[in-house]
Parts: sequence; C-alpha cells; structure tokens
Amino acid sequence: MKRSVLPGFKLTLGYTLAYLTVIVLIPLLTLPLKAASVPWEQFTATITDPRVIASYRLSIGASFVAACINAFFGLIVAWVLVRYSFPGRRIVDSLVDLPFALPTAVAGITLTTLCAPNGWVGQLLEPYGIKIAFTRVGVTIALIFIGLPFVVRTLQPVIEDLDVEIEEAATSLGATRLKVVTRVILPYLYPAWLTGFALSFARAVGEYGSVVFISGNMPMRTEISPLLIITKLEQFDYAGATAIAVVMLSISFAMLLIINALQGWTTRRVAG
Amino acid sequence: MGAGVAAVGRVPPKSTSVEGGPAGRVASRPRKLTEPRLVRWLLTGLALGFLGLFLLLPLTAVFVEALRNGFGPYLDSVREPDAVAALKLTLLAAAFAVPANLIFGVAAGWAIAKFRFPGRTLLTTLIDLPFAVSPVISGMVFVLLFGRQGLLGSWAADHDLRIVFAVPGIVLATIFVSFPFVAREVIPVMEAAGTQEEEAARVLGAGGFQTFFRVTLPNIKWGVLYGAILCNARAMGEFGAVSVVSGKIRGETNTLPLHVEILYNEYMFQAAFAVASLLTLLAVVTLIVKTILERKLHS
Repeated sequence: MKRSVLPGFKLTLGYTLAYLTVIVLIPLLTLPLKAASVPWEQFTATITDPRVIASYRLSIGASFVAACINAFFGLIVAWVLVRYSFPGRRIVDSLVDLPFALPTAVAGITLTTLCAPNGWVGQLLEPYGIKIAFTRVGVTIALIFIGLPFVVRTLQPVIEDLDVEIEEAATSLGATRLKVVTRVILPYLYPAWLTGFALSFARAVGEYGSVVFISGNMPMRTEISPLLIITKLEQFDYAGATAIAVVMLSISFAMLLIINALQGWTTRRVAG
Repeated sequence: MGAGVAAVGRVPPKSTSVEGGPAGRVASRPRKLTEPRLVRWLLTGLALGFLGLFLLLPLTAVFVEALRNGFGPYLDSVREPDAVAALKLTLLAAAFAVPANLIFGVAAGWAIAKFRFPGRTLLTTLIDLPFAVSPVISGMVFVLLFGRQGLLGSWAADHDLRIVFAVPGIVLATIFVSFPFVAREVIPVMEAAGTQEEEAARVLGAGGFQTFFRVTLPNIKWGVLYGAILCNARAMGEFGAVSVVSGKIRGETNTLPLHVEILYNEYMFQAAFAVASLLTLLAVVTLIVKTILERKLHS
C-alpha cells in the first residue's frame, strides 16, 4: 500500500469490516451452516418437491417475462427522456424511481385493487374474460412494476454519453436513420441494456411484498418461492425453508456475478 | 467492476458536454440526427402510456381508495391506536437503521475512496450483498440465528433476550436491508472529490477530525444526504424481511407496511389504503428530495 498522509485508515477500515461482519456476513453465513445440518436426502426431497419446483418455475418464468417487457419499454422510456423534450419531462423522469421509493406492500395492494374484477383496470377486461388478479399475469404485472426503473436508469447515462459525431459520421456516409439506430446506436447500448435486464430480473426473482397480494397464492399455480419459504417458516420447518432459500440465494449470487461481468463490459465499452 | 446488483437510485454520471442539460436533446439536433416527427410522437406516446399505466395510475389509486369514504373515516383510520403504534415502531426502526448505516457509510467511504488496499473491490461488492438477497431470506437469516432452534437461540434464551418476533429483530432486519444505501452513494462522491484537499489540510497542520469536518464533509454532504434519504425510504417501507421476524403482534411488533397487510387481509380496504397513503406520501417526498439533491450533486 502507498503511504498516505491522511489519517484514519485503520480506524475506518476496521469499523467497516467489523460492522459488515456483524450485520451482513454472520447472519448470511447462518444459511449455509443451517443447510449443512440438513440431511442430504431431506434437502433434495424438499427442493425437488413438485410444489417447490412449480414455485421456482413461476418465480423465474414470470421474472423473465417481466424483465423482457421492462427491457422493451425501458429502452423507449430512456430514449424519450434523454433525446426528446416535452412538457413535464422532469417530473416524469423523477417519477420513474417510484417503484424504488414506494413500499412493496403498498404497491401490492394497489395493483391488486386495480386489477381485481371490480377494479379500474380489471372491470375493463372482465367482459372479455381476461383475468389478471390472482393469476400468473398478475404476478408478472407486479414484477414489471418493481423492476421498471432498472433498465431506464442503466440506459439513461449511456444514451446521454453517446457521441454525436458517430451518428453524424454514419449519416454523412449515407446511412438512413433506421440504419444508424439499429447498426450504430443499439449495438453501443447492448451491454447497458443487458445489465438493466439482468438487474430487473434479479430483483424480481426474490420479490415478495408486491406479489403476494396479487398472486392469490394457489399452490402449484400462483405460489412464488419466497412465499413458500415463509409458509415453511410459519410451520417451524426451518430445514425445508433453508433448502429452498439456499437454491434461491445461489441463483441470486449467480446473477450478481453475471451483472458484475456485464457492468465491466459496459464500462469498457463506454470508456473505449 | 464491483458495482454489484441493483443500481438502486445511483446518481447517473450525467454528461457535461452541453450546457443546460444532457447532450443533444431534439431541439438542438439537426433533423437528420433525430427520428421523423411521427416516430418521435409514437415513441413518446408509448413511453408516457407505459409509465402512466404502471406508475401514475397506482399512485392515484392509493389516494382515491384512501379517501373513498371522505376525510372523516380517513383521519379515523390514520389515528386509530394500532396504526399509531405501527407508525411509532416504523419511526423507531428507521431511527436506529439510518444513523447506524450513515456512520458505516461514511467510514466505508473514507477507507475505500481515500486509500488503495488489496481486496478493495471485493469489499465494495460485499457491501452491496444485501441488495442481492431476497427480502424474505434477509429476515429468515435472523430467525435462523436468534430463533428458538437458532445458532444463538439458546444463548439469547439464557440471557432472557427476545430478538426475533420482537422489536430488536425488526430493527436488525431493517438495518440489514437498508445497509448499502449510504455507502454506495458516498463512495463515488468521495472518490470524485479526490484526496488533494485533505492532504493540503493535513500539511497545513489540521487534525484528523478537523480535516474531516472542515474539508471532507462539506464536499460530500449532498451525497451523504442522498444516501440517507434512500436508506430511510427503504427502512420505513421494508415489508418482506420485517414480516418474517415480526410475529405480527398488533400494537407491539407491527410496522406500518405490516399494518397495511393486516388491514387489507381483513377486508378493511379503506383503512388499509389510508395507512398506505402515509407510506405513499413518504415515497413522494423521497422522490422530490432526491430530485433536488441530484441537481445539487451535478451542479
């Protein structure tokens, strides 16, 4: 380490490590410790139970669909917010962070009320036999809501930093606007776009509060994995809850590694 | 690298190339470098329609449902003793979580941004860990640790400490989920400020704390506040983690979000939305303060 004239390195690093260990690392380590005490047969029996598998498929499947929809609209929203001007643009820009600031339980009951058969949105779809609340579509809607800001917020700074000269060069060489967008601009945005998608997906997989109200929680059909963990905990089946949680945590950490790699790619792309 | 999962509310590195706003908004662009007018209208319409449906509609619905029966019932639902007790517990949890994570965030920022040491990137990634963990698992680990069958369960019982299904568990879970917010805002702001000013202060004879309070803090105060306001919003609004550790005893271990759930599940919709409207107001205030702070951070 380079010697520095600044004081307090040992104090602040020591405090940082101690606080991190007590608040985050020790509590998180209890999960693998507990899992190690669960007999292997019981562990595999729990995570291959059809009801548990159905919950993984729903949590991952609905998160994937929600992240795709967010990727599509997030790109449009980010583009419009950076490139076009219209009245109220700044308010709309601030509003994008609402899903970060609004408690998930509030989002949950509000979306459920809107989508219920007698709700503002639900009653419009009721005559056509379309049901949202208490179906997988409802789960996906809640996950779109909570993942909405990620794609917009990862794309915005990259679109802002787009070099006008590249577009000018392509245009002066005779490319049509459509070609400039699809061949020049979009490839430049891919890493950030993928990062936003992955962040949105990762957040959705573990989401609980906004989903439990709208899902209806029917076993095998609309029951998400985090809810199954809570159900097991309430039955004092800590071994079962731990087994499900270990699988979910592994997925989260895999996503964390992927996202870190994607962000490295974004940084290199933007810097180079 | 090391930015970790969830760019929650991270201050975007705004471009500085064009004065008065991000580079090349449509007005300042030649026609060839933007889309045809029809396409622009279509895209703007799509974007606003999507945001209107997914953000503005729910935001409006909260207040409409809360005031469904007029102001009288609204005030009654908010003033009801269980709601007041829940509000107090929510404020208490935030009163522990925000200062604790604020002190941690500034200490971590100082160590990580002002010095170079091996494992620095790993440490930054570890700080973001709580964002990668499902809220339900965040609460569950404390049950595994301090619950009756837990690793420290018998120790807690011997000392007559009730941690899970009691207030300390709620405070711990709240601290856990709101852990990274201040640190991840302060680290980039401190890095951007560099170390020259502090070095100059030290050479001129300032003490360590004097240097921090007179030189560093004025440079990072908006970043610290920005992190603190996001930390507070998460602390007051946390549902999943707190739900697992609370035990949901009315008037005792119920926070505002948990109280909303109980009322809703008892079909007391208007009361549920009245309490939810308090949390929604908190969210709106958070967004306003956040927007103001972003402008200060970029000016």
